[in-house]
Amino acid sequence: MISYMPYPVRIDDIVVETEDGNQKTFKLVFENEAHRKAWKHVPGQFAMLSLAGQGEIPIGIASSPTEEDHLLFTVNRAGKVTTALHQMNIGDRMGVRGPLGNGFPVDTEMKGKNVVIIAGGFAVTTLRATLISLLARRQEYGKITFIYGARTPGMLLYRDELQQWAQRGDIDLHVTIDREAPGWEGLVGFVPTIAGEVAPSPENSVALICGPPIMIKFTMPPLEAIGWTDDQVYLSLENRMKCGEGVCCHCNVGPTLVCKDGPVFTRGQVKQLPIEY
Amino acid sequence: MIEEWNKVHVVYVPAMEKQAAASPDWAPGWCRLDSSSIALTFPLPIGPTPASVKTFFFPQPETLLTYTLENNHPDKGLMREPERSRDMQVVLGVRPCDARSVLLNNLPYQEDQFFQANRQRTALVGFSCDQTLSTCFCTRMGGSPLDSEGLDLALSRTEDGFLIEVCSEKGEALVADLELAPAPESDISALAARRNAGGNPSATELDSLKGSELGTLYDAPLWQSLGEACINCGACTFICPTCYCFDIQDEVVRGQGRRIRYWDSCMFPLYSLHTSGHNPRGQKVQRTRNRFLHKLKYFPDRFGPFSCVGCGRCVQDCPVNIDIREVMDDLIHLTAVE
Amino acid sequence: MPTINKRISEEIRAQARKLLEEGEVAAVLGYGAGSLPMTVKPLVVRNPEDCSKLIWNTFCVLNLANYLPAALKSVEPPRGPRDPKPEGPLPKVAILVTGCWSRNIVVQIQEHQVARDRVVVMGVGSRGMVSRRKVAALFPGLEILAVKEGDHELVVQGADFAETINRWSVVRDNCQSCTHPDPVLVDVRIGEPVSERKNPNPFMQVDAIEQKTGDERWAWFTAEFATCIRCYACRNACPLCYCPTCFVDDAKPQWVGKSLDAVDTGLFHILRAYHCAGRCTDCGTCETVCPMGINMRMLTKKLNKDVLNLYNIEAGMEPDAPLPLTTYTMDDPEKFIATEVTPVPGAVKEGK
Ligand SMILES: Cc1cc2nc3c(=O)[nH]c(=O)nc-3n(C[C@H](O)[C@H](O)[C@H](O)COP(=O)(O)OP(=O)(O)OC[C@H]3O[C@@H](n4cnc5c(N)ncnc54)[C@H](O)[C@@H]3O)c2cc1C
Ligand code: SF4
Ligand code: SF4
Ligand code: SF4
Ligand code: SF4
Ligand code: FES
Repeated sequence: MISYMPYPVRIDDIVVETEDGNQKTFKLVFENEAHRKAWKHVPGQFAMLSLAGQGEIPIGIASSPTEEDHLLFTVNRAGKVTTALHQMNIGDRMGVRGPLGNGFPVDTEMKGKNVVIIAGGFAVTTLRATLISLLARRQEYGKITFIYGARTPGMLLYRDELQQWAQRGDIDLHVTIDREAPGWEGLVGFVPTIAGEVAPSPENSVALICGPPIMIKFTMPPLEAIGWTDDQVYLSLENRMKCGEGVCCHCNVGPTLVCKDGPVFTRGQVKQLPIEY
Repeated sequence: MIEEWNKVHVVYVPAMEKQAAASPDWAPGWCRLDSSSIALTFPLPIGPTPASVKTFFFPQPETLLTYTLENNHPDKGLMREPERSRDMQVVLGVRPCDARSVLLNNLPYQEDQFFQANRQRTALVGFSCDQTLSTCFCTRMGGSPLDSEGLDLALSRTEDGFLIEVCSEKGEALVADLELAPAPESDISALAARRNAGGNPSATELDSLKGSELGTLYDAPLWQSLGEACINCGACTFICPTCYCFDIQDEVVRGQGRRIRYWDSCMFPLYSLHTSGHNPRGQKVQRTRNRFLHKLKYFPDRFGPFSCVGCGRCVQDCPVNIDIREVMDDLIHLTAVE
Repeated sequence: MPTINKRISEEIRAQARKLLEEGEVAAVLGYGAGSLPMTVKPLVVRNPEDCSKLIWNTFCVLNLANYLPAALKSVEPPRGPRDPKPEGPLPKVAILVTGCWSRNIVVQIQEHQVARDRVVVMGVGSRGMVSRRKVAALFPGLEILAVKEGDHELVVQGADFAETINRWSVVRDNCQSCTHPDPVLVDVRIGEPVSERKNPNPFMQVDAIEQKTGDERWAWFTAEFATCIRCYACRNACPLCYCPTCFVDDAKPQWVGKSLDAVDTGLFHILRAYHCAGRCTDCGTCETVCPMGINMRMLTKKLNKDVLNLYNIEAGMEPDAPLPLTTYTMDDPEKFIATEVTPVPGAVKEGK
């Protein structure tokens, strides 16, 4: 039964991720041990963050199921609820309702395959969760390619972890920024360009792509040119959401409910839908 | 009978006049019988009641959660289950189309705790339609004016009174303590004959829509002119028994908060607006199309039946005379041409 | 002899066809036949062949001015949000108007929502439009299947009855109290002009409420708005409401609660009415479209009365007149701006 009742959680830590201060990662711990045990999610799923007096917002789960004792959410300050959330402090109480949606097929289609992850801007959150999950069971997957771009070095999320990943030998990591910046020695160029240069092989592979629509639009042609098909590519859709449980209809794209049937779809599935997202 | 029920339950009948003021257990378009009221008869209009029964299952608003925001309160910000009335409510004068709408709405709300609790505590006492309005098209949607589907008690007029059909356990409980005469066989068979004469209700003519390609319906030229005329008010969706979208919001009054859900309409631009300012259905034509395709294509694709019972309320009340029957005709025509 | 409205319909079709064929306008805003008795559909005609669908009758209650800004936009060549305005004049739209709707267009022009040179006003003198509700109320419990319209009477038909009623008796309240039935803007005249109506007191309905005691007025207000379902048909049908984000939809800050709480509903209606003050032409569309039959027009009518008494202005009567509530004059009886900004009288400069 759907009760719309969030689990009570406390803010255990807050990390300001970006130089403009608009992206913060919230580390949440359950107030009740039973709730912690009951919580099981798959990377790519989302949850409703609940602020008493402000409302609920759908946010992708940035932590991996393997990080068992807490949940991470990276939130962009956008409107009413996100602004209120940004004003909260460590130790404050809030709520989490979920996990919701379907998630990436880490235990099915992705098993045993090469995985190409392409992320732009702060859409990287659920892909971070995915990468951590894959790394926890590294031997179950083939080659892992991670392409991530942001406007400036200061706008990259999870910078400490990016360095750690770079030091491991088992990820093909490409981090890029849009334009030259002082002190930046890594790649420069838009994500689609870099993806074209990296040219990951479609052989026995799946790709997960999250980012602004314009990035996704321009990333596809170079991939298609080297043989990627629509069913190998997974995207995550966003729409305005209220219930998150497939009842209220807010998130519909034609007959599809993003909250319940998604948010993860293959590109082939997305192409079947009217453009209402 | 009504008198007996009123002693133990909360009884509602359709309101024909404007009601005075709102009390906590008030339902718009329906009036509550109070024990002092002697008038235990009530007028029932031909065709659907002015307001649909959805307000009893999907009230506007429904409190989902409550909490306190008082500083220093140990439970500050902690969500609590709301206090809910568990009193049985009996709704009189429900028409077959509305009774069917509850079953249709139950499909998406199968797992919804609040909707299910309201179903538990609501008994529907229906009256079959001896006469119909020119705007009624229940038969076209797979219903019938004599249907008892979805009702707890179904009353049909006979020559000298009413034939009461007991359709559920709740219905059984309602008549258990009443001294009612068993219905004569002749009345029962007469009703059965009338039902048979009506033929088997089916929406066959419309079924072509279920099989057709979404793209064909989506790109139909008719949306342009409909969207142009529609003023995107929510009237059609709010009066519709089978429109069930909601929005959720928090309300705080003097430190005491509640999270409520209330009717929303896909006709409103706000319904689909992203915080970024992007709106996937930013144009009127897109929203008008969404309402009709939801009823005639998206809902049946997901659940089977159409999300419309043919009550004709939207046909009567749309200020710009957008008529779902004409929309259906046009769509059928379109798929036939294909 | 065909009825007046039949003749008007013919004239509308002929003129609309002419305007479209000559390329004078890209679209004509009018009405088509409705699917129920006493209804019409707003219709945008873009091809001369479709002009035969245009009709005019006594049930044309929807204010077409509400559609004008969108119709003008729809005939512009498509362009992106940052593309420059195309060279040369933009296509025009013709619109059917009566007295009050023409005044709405005047307000739209004054408020820069509509460019005068892009509108071809097809003016019809109004003989008052009939309220579907009033007709239905005369036949309780009966369904009306057809209504035939004569110049002064209506023949109402049902399954087993046919009755003739006086047309004026079922004309909408706002039309009965209207004093300016003829359009104030006319480019193409349809039918005969109608003269100003003498009405000793157009505000009779408002006066009746004003004469009540405070408690009685409050009782009237709460009862009248108790059944509002917040569908916003009244707002959406009104040609004055064009704010990109209406105050009821605003989330930052949220001005009005969203449930059916009587306070929120009341607040919505009072604020809506105040937003219309000095702009409302009493076209009655809001009242007509309400599915719950609420007389929210009483609020705007009261403000119309106040604006008339305080400023001697009726909305949209003179295209060049200043807007009463957005113009500051030095002899404003409220001295709040002068006293708050500068303690020294006379130090305030004109303008701004
Ligand atoms: C599946 C999913 C995952 C998301 N993951 C993240 C994430 O990891 N990090 C992040 O910063 N943002 C994420 N978003 C976007 C985030 O939900 C919106 O930015 C947020 O709802 C804005 O709320 P607000 O109260 O600040 O804005 P307001 O505009 O003030 O919010 C009003 C209401 O609008 C709704 N709403 C508005 N815009 C959106 C939108 N784009 N998507 C969904 N609902 C919206 C919300 O329900 C909210 O209650 C995600 C959205 C979805 C659907
Ligand atoms: S179809 Fe009619 S009732 Fe529905 S939103 Fe449009 S104008 Fe309003
Ligand atoms: S769509 Fe119209 S006819 Fe169908 S159930 Fe809703 S109000 Fe009734
Ligand atoms: S407020 Fe009502 S009467 Fe006044 S212009 Fe708007 S719709 Fe017409
Ligand atoms: S049209 Fe009627 S019911 Fe709808 S918001 Fe206005 S007053 Fe309320
Ligand atoms: S958010 Fe309610 S159905 Fe998807």
